[in-house]
Amino acid sequence: MKITLNNREEEFDRDQLTVTELLQAKKFTFKMLVIKVNGHLVKKSEQNTFIVKDSDDVMVLHLISGG
Amino acid sequence: MKLATHIVFFYKFAPMTFEQIKQVLKTKTVGIAGCGGLGSNCAVALARVGVGRLVIADFDLVQEGNLNRQFYFYDQIGMLKVAALKQNLFRINPDVRVNTFDIRLCQSDIIEIYGKCDVIIEAFDKPEMKYLILDAVHNYMPDKYLVMGVGMAGWGDNNLIRSRQSDKLIICGDEINAIADKCPPLAPRVGIVANMQANAVLEILLGVNEHQIHTEN
Repeated sequence: MKITLNNREEEFDRDQLTVTELLQAKKFTFKMLVIKVNGHLVKKSEQNTFIVKDSDDVMVLHLISGG
Repeated sequence: MKLATHIVFFYKFAPMTFEQIKQVLKTKTVGIAGCGGLGSNCAVALARVGVGRLVIADFDLVQEGNLNRQFYFYDQIGMLKVAALKQNLFRINPDVRVNTFDIRLCQSDIIEIYGKCDVIIEAFDKPEMKYLILDAVHNYMPDKYLVMGVGMAGWGDNNLIRSRQSDKLIICGDEINAIADKCPPLAPRVGIVANMQANAVLEILLGVNEHQIHTEN
């Protein structure tokens, strides 16, 4: 499948991935992550079950200190 | 190969004089959550251009260590940040209306205080608070724009600082440099991100066309 991840096209050799699998595959290991899939805010409790599929638009945002 | 026979110029917005800009902005309310480096500098920029009302919240007092980046003065040390900022905003633009809340914001406060704002600026320092407001706006005020500041500590690396958008969420900052002992937040980069947030607000407030202004009010 091909998805858009943080405005970049990414290709995976799977038809679908859970959000957790996607984060592992792309090595996003930080604690304070915000994940949006096609505009939907994916809660932490949903990450193991929420499916990312072909042509989805995924935003991964790492919230860091400073303000 | 076919050559273009004419060039079309696109304006992202209708061009406006400063007087026209002020006419639009004076009817607008911008909420600012946090009055540290991002919040104080962003508020100043918005007051200068004539945003009608600013809703500011912070529980903290001005400290000497804040003066390397936050819009306060030495003689304001010890004052509540919201009171000091209100004072400074009035000195720049006496027409701006400022609603102040000296509280540590929780989810229900965010919904209550910022519910009537046209746009909300996230200007907290802690990632947990950044998440709190993102979650509150997304779940309870999904029609509202939220402009966040993420990653502005340190110095240099001008070209790492950028912004991106996902629906009504706008992120300004490098998304990389967190605060650390040897990577403190300093006036230049914090000011850049604060002003990027203010700039994103103008893009939102001035980009709305006449028809939408009338139907939304």
